[in-house]
Amino acid sequence: MYPAPFEYHRARSVDEALSLLSQYGEAAKLIAGGHSLLPMMKLRLATPAHVIDIRTIQGLQYIEDRGDYIAIGAGTPHAMIEQSELLRAKMPLLSQAAAVIGDPQIRNMGTIGGSLAHADPAADYPAAVLAAEAQLVATGESGERVIPVEEFFVDLFQTDLDEREILTEIRVPAISENTRCAYRKFPHPASRFAVVGCAAVVTMENNRCSDVRIAFTGVASTAFRDTGVEDALKAQPLTSQSIEKAAALAAENDELEIMEDHFATEDYRRHLAKVFARRTLNQIASAF
Amino acid sequence: MGKLIGEAVRRVEDRRFITGKATYTDDIKLPGMTYAYIVRSPYAHARIQQIDTSRAQAAPGVIAVFTGEDVKDVNGLPCGWQVNFRNGDTMKEPKHPLLVADKVRHVGDNVAMIVAESREQAKDAAELLDIEYEVLDAVTDPAKAIEEGAPLVHEDVPRNICFDWEIGDKAKTDKAFADADHVVSLEFRNQRLVPNAIEPRSAIGVYDAARDKYTLYTSSQNPHLIRLLLCAFVLGIPEHKVRVVSPDVGGGFGSKIFHYAEEALVTWAARQVGRPIKWTAERSESFVTDAHGRDHVTRAEMAFDKKGKIVGLRVSTVANMGAYLSTFAPAIPTYLHGTLLQGVYDTPAIYCEITAVFTHTTPVDAYRGAGRPEATYLLERLVDTGARELGMDPAEIRRINFIPPFDGVKQPGYQTQVALQYDSGNYEATLNRALEIIGYHQLRHEQEEARKQGRYLGIGFSTYIEACGIAPSAVVGALGARAGLYESSVVRVQPTGKVTVYTGSHAHGQGHETTFAQIVADTLGVPLEDVEVVHGDTEAVPFGMGTYGSRSLAVGGSALRKGLDKVIEKGTKIAAHLLEAAEEDLEFADGEWTVKGTDKKITFGEVALAAYVPHNFPEGMEPGLEFSTFYDPANFTFPFGTHIAVVEVDPETGKVTLKRYVAVDDVGTVINPLIVDGQVHGGIAQGIGQALLEEAVYDENGELLASSFLEYAIPRADDLVSFEVDRTVTPCPHNPLGVKGAGETGTIASTAAVVNAVIDALAPLGIKDLQMPLTPQRVWQAIQQVQAS
Amino acid sequence: MEIPIKVTVNGEVYEHRVEPRMLLVTFLREVLGLTGTHVGCDTSSCGACTILMDGKAVKSCTLLAVQADGAELLTMEGLARNGELHPIQEGFWREHGLQCGFCTPGMIMAAYQLLEENASPDEKEIRRALEGNYCRCTGYHNIVKSVQYAAKKINR
Repeated sequence: MYPAPFEYHRARSVDEALSLLSQYGEAAKLIAGGHSLLPMMKLRLATPAHVIDIRTIQGLQYIEDRGDYIAIGAGTPHAMIEQSELLRAKMPLLSQAAAVIGDPQIRNMGTIGGSLAHADPAADYPAAVLAAEAQLVATGESGERVIPVEEFFVDLFQTDLDEREILTEIRVPAISENTRCAYRKFPHPASRFAVVGCAAVVTMENNRCSDVRIAFTGVASTAFRDTGVEDALKAQPLTSQSIEKAAALAAENDELEIMEDHFATEDYRRHLAKVFARRTLNQIASAF
Repeated sequence: MGKLIGEAVRRVEDRRFITGKATYTDDIKLPGMTYAYIVRSPYAHARIQQIDTSRAQAAPGVIAVFTGEDVKDVNGLPCGWQVNFRNGDTMKEPKHPLLVADKVRHVGDNVAMIVAESREQAKDAAELLDIEYEVLDAVTDPAKAIEEGAPLVHEDVPRNICFDWEIGDKAKTDKAFADADHVVSLEFRNQRLVPNAIEPRSAIGVYDAARDKYTLYTSSQNPHLIRLLLCAFVLGIPEHKVRVVSPDVGGGFGSKIFHYAEEALVTWAARQVGRPIKWTAERSESFVTDAHGRDHVTRAEMAFDKKGKIVGLRVSTVANMGAYLSTFAPAIPTYLHGTLLQGVYDTPAIYCEITAVFTHTTPVDAYRGAGRPEATYLLERLVDTGARELGMDPAEIRRINFIPPFDGVKQPGYQTQVALQYDSGNYEATLNRALEIIGYHQLRHEQEEARKQGRYLGIGFSTYIEACGIAPSAVVGALGARAGLYESSVVRVQPTGKVTVYTGSHAHGQGHETTFAQIVADTLGVPLEDVEVVHGDTEAVPFGMGTYGSRSLAVGGSALRKGLDKVIEKGTKIAAHLLEAAEEDLEFADGEWTVKGTDKKITFGEVALAAYVPHNFPEGMEPGLEFSTFYDPANFTFPFGTHIAVVEVDPETGKVTLKRYVAVDDVGTVINPLIVDGQVHGGIAQGIGQALLEEAVYDENGELLASSFLEYAIPRADDLVSFEVDRTVTPCPHNPLGVKGAGETGTIASTAAVVNAVIDALAPLGIKDLQMPLTPQRVWQAIQQVQAS
Repeated sequence: MEIPIKVTVNGEVYEHRVEPRMLLVTFLREVLGLTGTHVGCDTSSCGACTILMDGKAVKSCTLLAVQADGAELLTMEGLARNGELHPIQEGFWREHGLQCGFCTPGMIMAAYQLLEENASPDEKEIRRALEGNYCRCTGYHNIVKSVQYAAKKINR
């Protein structure tokens, strides 16, 4: 229940946080909402010697319309994303995912940046940002670096972020009028993390799918885009038959490391991925 | 009788809880307090090669480090119930040391205690304790533990068998099966559960050298029992030198009945250290050290005749005791399970055998229901399966097998095939009422319609009985209890007519301070606010057996009622003297004695005052108005009822959704319906937890896989629905209040109702049985299997 | 190294130096003696430690005390005003929304935020809003009724 001792540093700016990061290197961890790091520290699974608080940085909590995309400050808590009118209008997928993270208290404290940087393979945001084709802005001492989301999730709890970088902004393209999206999740009954979470974004032109993006979380060692399902739907009409056929291909990529635990075997997870692909796509179809 | 009994009086104790002013053990801070951290075994089975305490001793703030060597002359934790082998040999009862010196036997076994100036320092030092283990093979599955060659938990316990035991008539039962028209057979595991009271256990040991006196504050359901075990069995301290206080306790559900090592350790070490020591469990410790519940591996068979009448029952269970015997462990599969196998059915032949075994797991003991849920589960699953195989309606098969109504007064109690005599019962009445509430025929129709649409709706029954209010000391003594099971009360009428009552029962959510006050106020005719109920302190209450087994009201409440009767009896004598009337001419009602047929009267307060200012007093009568009473009941009490669950199953994911839940219970006379309903609600939720969510699983190395709330699911608000609760009232004939007990009915009934509902839902797919908990994966896999075959 | 913090708790300002690793719940319980906030788990699951920080329900076991620097906190002890129970407290009492009382402070705080955001929640919304708070005694039945009682009373 009590973390091991550490030194605490309150960063007032991204620059200050970066210089602390470079000073303490591997011995330091960033804390924002604390809902990924602190639970690990309490169980002493993480024992950083230095904790750098970036929640104290002014101006990391925002959701802004930048025309082509919506910019979300990395320090924005889930509750703000859930309730954002702007996101609900222009990129509801993020709000939908945020709404089913943890519980209300966790949504008040936990931040999108913290969740993404932690890269828990069963967290909700990873599927949403993948399907949204987000861009992630990492700030380092040499400036900003924009990481396309498909390069971000490297492995279990591993991202493309350098140890001396801070995730500062998430950019999600706004959806067009003929685009619909949905996030559906089968939660673990205890942790409420996703056993399977499916995010989908579908754009229709002339009654055919012109763009289909499907991503899963909870299923494999990292969240992933499922091109098998996507390809099967492209240029197809969005009918229950086409959806059924495409969804059956979910989580079939041989390269995936499907997770397995007492609650869900590999087979069951793969099966749930198909069910949730279908249900998510059906929800989208009914929204057109 | 007055007006309060039967009223939904709002709880008088609530104010402190809803304003943040309650006092749980961990809230207590004493001058000079130190903090203990227990270093626990990470292995299920390992030999301790060496412990080097030097680094930990030298860590900042550390006051003392204790290991098994330090307590090797201290006795182990005792077991409070002895069950003998069939051949008469006494059960195997290996030492359960406070700190292990030689071999650890389950993950979480106590290895060392570090006392420091702060919790943080104690925990930091724990990381500096150097322990060398030689890891050994472990066995966690009770069925595997009895196989030849299985790793032994205790070297001197062959095949890990603690005892074997039987009840019923084997020959008669075997004959009933041989003659039967139809036999149903099921095998299942009633899975291991972690109680998970939301308040983690906590204990504070204090030693006052000037007075040579110990105080133990502990989150216990029964402070007197803890004192008895602590003093007489573990530490050998005279009882009058020990005070045990259980302040506000945040839920128990059985897990806080038992005497735990930490209680003895902080008490013992407080003297060594010379300062108070507090220990509070972290949840991860609770998972591996609070006694677990259930864990039976059972084969059960029920024999029927052509018409669906049950003609025989045969049960064989291997019960997991864990690594050591917890306080009441041997009684659970035997006297709280084997003896309950009559259920509510007029089964003429029953035989049950139990093998209790040690494994490298956390000790198992009573958890809400304790044995009775296991008995109910197997009975209700068998009856339901019988109905399905015989093509009968599950309500009808129960109806034709019910024991006919008896009130225990005009009709005698019902003698079961398994030793108990039921007090009173009208089982069919609860079924009828439950069917009415749920709208059974309409619901079956809806189920048909849903099936046509490809929806899987299921209706599940559980008609249960349980034994509460344990009970006559002579009987439980004959059955192996090493304690009496009575209860005490003190009724102290103050000179101004206010009343303080002391009860040996202990409330940790049950609302005794209200229910007991209602009994006092009604019986004496005083206002509720003139009554104070004191519990949980061995220096205030003469003695007590505490609260578990739904016994508080039936035993503790009856002790109180008997004490109140004595007050009225003496008060009547005083009143007669003061009114210059004969006792038989007086009547006592609404707090006044009146001379019948006159307006001459005297109030309760005036009599109380006279008792303490006895200027004008009956000759030879001692002053005062206070009585201490011990009540030992004539029998157990037997609440019963019918629960019906309605579920919908998503066959694609296997997820079960609870749609409705109806409970009709008969707990005898009801003192406070609000509190009884609350007990029922909570019990139902815990039983549903077992059916759908909860399972303490060990891996082959003996590590508990579900060891935190991130893996072990207990029901949350959005897992459940609002329950539809009603009652019938069949008073208990043998106690003065007519009450039976309400604390466990919900848990005992609901598990089977939910599982039966799920199987009913999936019957069209060919599902006949499922193993608990009915997790989505398990349901889905079962569907896959039947569809493949 | 200890860090100075300044927090307002139930309207009173407190200034203390705390070890960085001290959890907010430990600060409330051990330093300020406000033991109405409870600890029921070590995985941010049970919600017994729920308080309001700057008007939002948070789990005080998953916050460092230093992170609360400058914040305004409301705990169970601060909910009743001048001895008068808040409608949620009253609801829990009237509808028997508590038994052992251990989860109650967190439950009431979570309900407080719900009713701030949604004055007339339906049963489903109440159950969902309380998903971060475990109760092992009540089966949640009367907790739902308690919140409904409070909503009605507040809206009156």
